[in-house]
Amino acid sequence: MSEVAVAEKLTRKDFVSDQEVRWCPGCGDYAILAQMQKIMPELGIPREQIVFVSGIGCSSRFPYYMNTYGVHSIHGRAPTIATGLKAVNPDLSVWVITGDGDALSIGGNHFMHTLRRNVDVKVILFNNRIYGLTKGQYSPTSLPGHRTKSTPMGSIDYPLNPLSIALGAEATFVARTQDTNTKHLGEILKRAAAHRGTAFVEIYQNCVVYNPTAWDHTTDPNVRDDNILYLEDGEPLIFGKNRDRGIRLNGLEPEVVELGEGDSGDGLLVHQEDYKNTHYPFLLSRMGHPEMPLPFGVLRCVDKPAYTDMINDQVKQAVEKVGDGDLKDLFHDSDTWTVE
Amino acid sequence: MADTTALAPSAGQEDSDGAVEIRRSVVIRFSGDSGDGMQLTGDQFTNTSAVLGNDVSTFPDFPAEIRAPVGTIPGLSGFQVNFSSDDLYTAGDAPDVLVAMNPAALKANLRDLPAGGAIIVNTDAFTRNNLRKAGYEDNPLENESLKSYEVFEVPLTKLTQKALEDIEEMSNKQKDLCKNAFALGLSFWMFDRPLETTINFYEKKFGNRPHIVEANTRVLKAGYYYGENTEAFQHRVSLPQRSVVESGTYRRITGNEALVLGMVTAASKANKPLFYGSYPITPASAILEGLAALKQFDVRTFQAEDEISAMGSIIGAAFGGAFAATASSGPGLALKSEAINLAVVLELPMLIVNVQRGGPSTGLPTKTEQGDLLEMFFGRNGESPIPIIAPATSAECFDLAVEAFRIAARSMTPVILLSDGYIAHNSEPWKIPNPDDIEPIVSNYRTDPQGYQPYMRDAETLARPWVIPGTPGMEHRIGGLGKQDVTGNVSYTPEDHEHIIKTRAEKIGRIANFIPDLEVAGPDEGDLLVIGWGGTFGAIYAAVKQMQEEGKSVASTQLRYLNPFPKNLGNILSRYKQVLVPELNLGQLSLLLQARFPVRVVPFNKVQGQPFQIREITHKIVELLG
Repeated sequence: MSEVAVAEKLTRKDFVSDQEVRWCPGCGDYAILAQMQKIMPELGIPREQIVFVSGIGCSSRFPYYMNTYGVHSIHGRAPTIATGLKAVNPDLSVWVITGDGDALSIGGNHFMHTLRRNVDVKVILFNNRIYGLTKGQYSPTSLPGHRTKSTPMGSIDYPLNPLSIALGAEATFVARTQDTNTKHLGEILKRAAAHRGTAFVEIYQNCVVYNPTAWDHTTDPNVRDDNILYLEDGEPLIFGKNRDRGIRLNGLEPEVVELGEGDSGDGLLVHQEDYKNTHYPFLLSRMGHPEMPLPFGVLRCVDKPAYTDMINDQVKQAVEKVGDGDLKDLFHDSDTWTVE
Repeated sequence: MADTTALAPSAGQEDSDGAVEIRRSVVIRFSGDSGDGMQLTGDQFTNTSAVLGNDVSTFPDFPAEIRAPVGTIPGLSGFQVNFSSDDLYTAGDAPDVLVAMNPAALKANLRDLPAGGAIIVNTDAFTRNNLRKAGYEDNPLENESLKSYEVFEVPLTKLTQKALEDIEEMSNKQKDLCKNAFALGLSFWMFDRPLETTINFYEKKFGNRPHIVEANTRVLKAGYYYGENTEAFQHRVSLPQRSVVESGTYRRITGNEALVLGMVTAASKANKPLFYGSYPITPASAILEGLAALKQFDVRTFQAEDEISAMGSIIGAAFGGAFAATASSGPGLALKSEAINLAVVLELPMLIVNVQRGGPSTGLPTKTEQGDLLEMFFGRNGESPIPIIAPATSAECFDLAVEAFRIAARSMTPVILLSDGYIAHNSEPWKIPNPDDIEPIVSNYRTDPQGYQPYMRDAETLARPWVIPGTPGMEHRIGGLGKQDVTGNVSYTPEDHEHIIKTRAEKIGRIANFIPDLEVAGPDEGDLLVIGWGGTFGAIYAAVKQMQEEGKSVASTQLRYLNPFPKNLGNILSRYKQVLVPELNLGQLSLLLQARFPVRVVPFNKVQGQPFQIREITHKIVELLG
């Protein structure tokens, strides 16, 4: 196909818009933007078939910087706009860019329902555990005790876990990655792009101004490998700088075990992305720092018909069943009478 | 047992010993428990009357509760049908005949029935328990309280059971549910109407359950023959067909049905898919249900998780190039307002329907009101102009749904259509148009990337181009932030902001260049102009017509276009000594007219959840003109 051929020739630069990027220097958003622009040409999708939709927040400026179609919408509502767009244009590649406040606080309802419907959009959540655009209030993912401008004595909110929420809504693709982990980030974005249905990706993203230490445990080269569990489909759950620890089940609780030299990892949990039910990925999503390593990668990837495909299938089915609608017949489909 | 094959005599046929009185107009009101099937009964009576060639206008009145306690006044469901040999404009001020299925129905409706009116009561329901629930201390059938009415006492429940005694597939409770068919059959006898239309309806609706068809048909006929064979009912009334009717094929239509057909037609005339995103809400849900059944017209319906999502989804669909629409009522519109504003700023075409109900807050979900006019004008942050149109009748909902999309596509703007609970449910004859006669709708599309800018504007309409994702070489970003005109780039520059705000206002103002002049019914100048908007048309028009016939210098006019107003409105207002503005609110159009034109108006307001009666307006006119 000629369109694909054209798309293959695209480079990163083709996805850079003419708008000046206005995030704070050092913001994690730059790295995510760069990876997105880098992987786009690799997807083989013509540029005009790609749409970025965002809500409100620092991350939501994202569409302005992508040289694709885009809508910078209103706080928390991007999934609703993406749903309507995709429902009438099922061939588009539609991406929702959101943040922890946008998706989980003001937009919590839309977030949940988009996932459970399996709308074929990619939802990329930049989680920095803070409200950056409004200058430093706590967010629904801020940790208890976090002192911010609106919590001078420490947050008394219990935080939401984005992965657990997504799995609770039975999202068909759930993954986690990090802004500075560029290679992993790029791979996960490509996996998300390839998924038919809602692909949810949580990206640990650093807010250099208002919450710069939030992800130190996953970025500091001295400790990060001890705190991250990279998931590989079909591989046992092994982590650590020296790959000397694993995860096994003790009853219904996962626990960390030390691996001896030459230990092949028998008895460890083996990662599988496509369990029909969500028990296993949910268990992974609950593993929290510092007790357990944080799973990075694809927690869940299952096939399930997407809402936005089915809504179009029903139109086709209706036409197959009764033929193309005819206005004259429709108008007369009632008791009628004629006046001469 | 009734003969199941022979149909009752057709309308107009003289009975051997029955006298038939000819009348021009009758109002009948059916009232019973919300589970008694009164809506269906009224609906069938209306259909038959319409098919027979009478004009019809209906007023269903039902409770917000699905099943309030049986036998109580809050649990009542009513359906008023006005049928006539002349043109009708409302469902009638007061009933001539009341069919009361229980004591609560009698108690609640009696005050509307003028002395001399006829009452048909189901005596079987007048038990001590039901009387108590209705708040009667004594049985009104056994004292003098109804002596100024003509009362027909019918043991409806027993007669229904008797007609069905040999049907074994049905329980007594199921048989009881057929008693509305008895009331309907009896009404058909009294007003000389045929049974065919209703029997056909039973066959269509219950075709897969033959015993239900059989039971209802049998009870319907039992009611009819009860009238024929009972001395009390020997006085029949017949209404000739309307004499002056435009030729054509007609059907009945409610406002909500007309909106469904109008939206489908508009999309079809634009050769676009229709996307309808909505959250269920009374009294707008029927639009969602109607469209959901029409997928073969390239219709996608999305039942959203909330009103906000419904609004967001249609913005997405409009961005994606579909004809997109949503409908809701007051509380839903309040939730949608933020997203409506995004639609204003994105300058995308779409239709937003507000089927108004009694407010504020949850208010009166099943009752009518016009309380949202100013909210639709001004209820959003910032300067946010939106075209607003309001159909005057149920049938007009069709035309204005098409018109709304025409305006939206031409000027690249969301359009608000203000319906109300009255016209949403009121049904009236609709002359079925030939879809081929409806002008195609032209959109402001662009596929040429040469020189394209997202907010470049058409010189005449100021509309920006509609560019659909998927179009090569025209990738662009739009959003809710302040922006520079033409480029659409984010801008906080004072001049840029003021320019685009004024441009949007001017764009909506220019719609006045494309809409028809306002027409006046009656003299071009005189003592009084009565001006209304939307669903109050029938009562205003009929009241003014009456006053004109009595020689008063009065004219009426109904605004369909509220924002912008028709260009000749100011001129019309200036030609009358007084201007009366009846509204089902506390004076919202009055406020706008006085703000925009050098005119003092006389507001005439009602907020009872009920439409105007003709006589309320005639009394007001008499009060003003003496």
